[in-house]
Amino acid sequence: MRGTRGLPGHREHEGRQLTEQRPAGPYRVVGTSPAHHDFVEKVKGSLHYAADWQLPGMLYGRIVRGQLPSARITGIDTSRARALPGVAAVLTAADVPSNQIVEMASGGLAELEVTMPVLAADRVRYVGEPVAIVAAATQQIADEAADLVSIDYEELPGVFDAEAARAAGAPLVHDVGNTLVTWHIQSGDAAAAIARAEVVVTGEYRSQHVEHAYLEPEAGVGWLENGVLTLRVSTQVIEHAATIARILGVPQSKVRVIAAYMGGGFGGKEDMTVEPYLALLVWHTRRPVRMIWDRQESLVASTKRHPFIMRYRTGASRDGTITGQQVEILGDAGAYPNLSPRVLFAAAACACGPYRVPSASITSTAVFTNNVPASAFRGFGAMQVVLGYESQMDLLAERLGLSRTLVRERNFLAKGDLLPTGEPLETCVEVAQTMHRALELLGEPPVPSGPGKLTGRGIGCNRHPYGRTIWFRDRASAWLSLQPDGTLLIRSGVTDLGAGQAASLCQIAAEVLGVPLADIGIHIGDSALNPPAGGTFATRQLYMSGNAVLQAAVELRDRMSPVAADLLGTEADELEFADGQVRRAGSQGRASITLAELAVACERRAVSTAHLSTWRAEAGAFDPRTGQGDTFPDYTYGTHAADVEVDTETGQVTVLRYAACHDVGRAINPMRVEGQIQGAAMQGLGYALTEDMAIDDGYVQASLFANYLIPNSYDFPDVVVGIIESGEGKGPLGARGIGEPPIGNVAATIASAIQDAIGIRPTRLPMTPERILRLLDARARIGGYPAPDDALPQPTPGGNP
Amino acid sequence: MNSNSMTRYPIVLTVNGQDHEVWALASDTLLEVLHDGLGLADVRYGCGEGVCGTCTILLDGEPVSSCLTLALQAPGHPITTLRGLMGPAEEMHPLQESFLRRGAAQCGFCTPGIVLTALDLVRRRGRPSRAEIRYALIGNLCRCTGYTKILDAVEEYADLVGREDESES
Repeated sequence: MRGTRGLPGHREHEGRQLTEQRPAGPYRVVGTSPAHHDFVEKVKGSLHYAADWQLPGMLYGRIVRGQLPSARITGIDTSRARALPGVAAVLTAADVPSNQIVEMASGGLAELEVTMPVLAADRVRYVGEPVAIVAAATQQIADEAADLVSIDYEELPGVFDAEAARAAGAPLVHDVGNTLVTWHIQSGDAAAAIARAEVVVTGEYRSQHVEHAYLEPEAGVGWLENGVLTLRVSTQVIEHAATIARILGVPQSKVRVIAAYMGGGFGGKEDMTVEPYLALLVWHTRRPVRMIWDRQESLVASTKRHPFIMRYRTGASRDGTITGQQVEILGDAGAYPNLSPRVLFAAAACACGPYRVPSASITSTAVFTNNVPASAFRGFGAMQVVLGYESQMDLLAERLGLSRTLVRERNFLAKGDLLPTGEPLETCVEVAQTMHRALELLGEPPVPSGPGKLTGRGIGCNRHPYGRTIWFRDRASAWLSLQPDGTLLIRSGVTDLGAGQAASLCQIAAEVLGVPLADIGIHIGDSALNPPAGGTFATRQLYMSGNAVLQAAVELRDRMSPVAADLLGTEADELEFADGQVRRAGSQGRASITLAELAVACERRAVSTAHLSTWRAEAGAFDPRTGQGDTFPDYTYGTHAADVEVDTETGQVTVLRYAACHDVGRAINPMRVEGQIQGAAMQGLGYALTEDMAIDDGYVQASLFANYLIPNSYDFPDVVVGIIESGEGKGPLGARGIGEPPIGNVAATIASAIQDAIGIRPTRLPMTPERILRLLDARARIGGYPAPDDALPQPTPGGNP
Repeated sequence: MNSNSMTRYPIVLTVNGQDHEVWALASDTLLEVLHDGLGLADVRYGCGEGVCGTCTILLDGEPVSSCLTLALQAPGHPITTLRGLMGPAEEMHPLQESFLRRGAAQCGFCTPGIVLTALDLVRRRGRPSRAEIRYALIGNLCRCTGYTKILDAVEEYADLVGREDESES
């Protein structure tokens, strides 16, 4: 199916052919953990984030947001706001040249074509939807003016629950219907396989709305220079420049987006945030404008992680071998599409986890509601389903009286196996190794700390994609230049979330070209001045831009090598680039030239020392009708393990120990890899146990940061990390992506540990003390699970429950 | 808007050892004046509720949320921001060096508040236990690192200071 499976030695710059160009180990720079440029600036406090720029004559922006979840706008009165001294502009939908944010269709069957307005014109569909924007001389005046914009509404019925939105007669969020997209993946006859199975386990699992809660709120400044509208913002995607140009009705060459180093993103800065509003205010006032969203505004109106309802039915033989699985996934997209079609696709593609499922039937659906839109968030659909498939494995083990590790090992995928989509796995699957290592890292099982306490141990394995969906035909470019003094310039359109995206590229270039890290200058995140790298999302940048930089560095080295060989009187393939020098391999210190001498010699011989290279991911196609085809380039596998203690009186779950192990292929910077795993595990613990962006009839309940409980330093134990380097990833030097994968395992791992402790499986997130008490109560009263609606026992009026 | 709310008062803020004369509204927070008025990018808005600790500064040597402190409350109380810990040529404080060695930052947005809070703890407690460090940092949220490496860095610095104290006594 894939278009570019090259033959060995084929020099086409695509996909797996790069293995032939790899510098062989051992490596000098790759695999070490140096403190990079950005890291030093951060620890000194001298890095300038998006909110830290000021420009002469700068105005301050504020968005006026709708206050109702579903209403017709019958009038907007901006006169009092306009009359306020210091106000430079008050804009509404009528002032937007092309009032729509167009998302590229994802290719789902019967996918609804719905575009999101930049500013709502006649209808609001969620609380917090932008209706007008203001720019003024100070932030105080802008805030006051925003309060003076008066919006008249005629309230309309809304729908706030994904299942209710699918019911006949449900209020329509958009006239075209509430079912945004449905995906099917099908292999064999799952229903028949389950009907014949010796054992069948079923389960329904539910997850919640979740907030990204990056510490840096959405922010940026914009200005006009030489007729070019420039935005310097906190964004994962500078390619939104094209969308902004469409909104303003100006050529794409006249919009430039610069991504500042971000104070966290996690997918929440993958869609546009402040960009279109800043752009409009700059365009209308012809002055610089700054916009920072309040934390409370961000909580209410920024995108969230999709709550999922996941129904699993798994058939297996008595020895624990899975024979068939049916999965239905329903995701609440909120009021607009954003990236929901793709999130639900990833969910379907990953719904069976790291297990061989010969017959599978998977359906995933995204529906509109009048909730705040859900979109990208670390894990992107592939993380929610881990609770589903891992719960099924533990239930299967329990039913058959087999160990959890054994049941998993019976079913783990291996290289060459087919996924339910019919595509083969092309790299090794070391998930069993990660499972044993994670358990080993945990040590001896704990004993309860006192009466009324139960302890348990859990595991959670996963398969998480890295790289974009194959049919987007991904590519990334990078430009390198060896300067006359022997230092190196790198230009890449990569945006840096704080995970070391730019730093990793420096390490890869340093490895190939022998330039000391301190001598590398890297310029990133500029849509006008950098070769495009695609956004930083989908755990794609090490894979894509890492390969682009590796390829560019190898090609540049190959071009300069004959010059160096000539100067040194040796052959080009005997050269070693290291420590700022080129020398004959093995001739330590003798017969060498500096990179500066090489650069100057190349210049004299008209050999260019600058090089632009584009790396293309493998291509392929997916047929949404048959549910067969190519999905993602490759996967990262891992296992987490945890010990918990449950207080049976309060329902409180205390995480005692936590270990996480992933096969990262190759760790370019082991300290950063550990940091990614530890950070993702902590976010996952919040998702599992404390975080709930509850939305009540369309109104976000946690509208203060004080009410939204992300983990603090006291909540959870250290995360012990195991790194496995199989060397078989599709990233540079055999690396796999690690940005998103480690968040997936956590909720399943904690649920597994709780089940081990109390003998009953939590199925709904977050696993709050109230929910755990309810499980304990059901176990005591009926010896099993409570009713699936998960409603807490309601007190009877005037009496005891 | 009434005219009172637009009255600006001249105040002198002592920041990192230097006096700055600024004009502040009665409603201006110290955060707004430090970040926007004095251009101190190491004092950052994170939530405006005093919950996240991102805007932490030392006021009279004690960590406070500058988003909950009015600028007019600050004259006469020396202010230290993260940058104030460094030498004249940006020589890093040993605690900052521990953060570098231990990889205790990712996006770096919360780093100034965490370093200042941790420094205050070590100054007060000498050689705090890991649990004490965890407890002291409750008011400084980090969404990237998972805290483990931050705790490692603070512990390393506290051990260093503790050893120095022992060798002096």
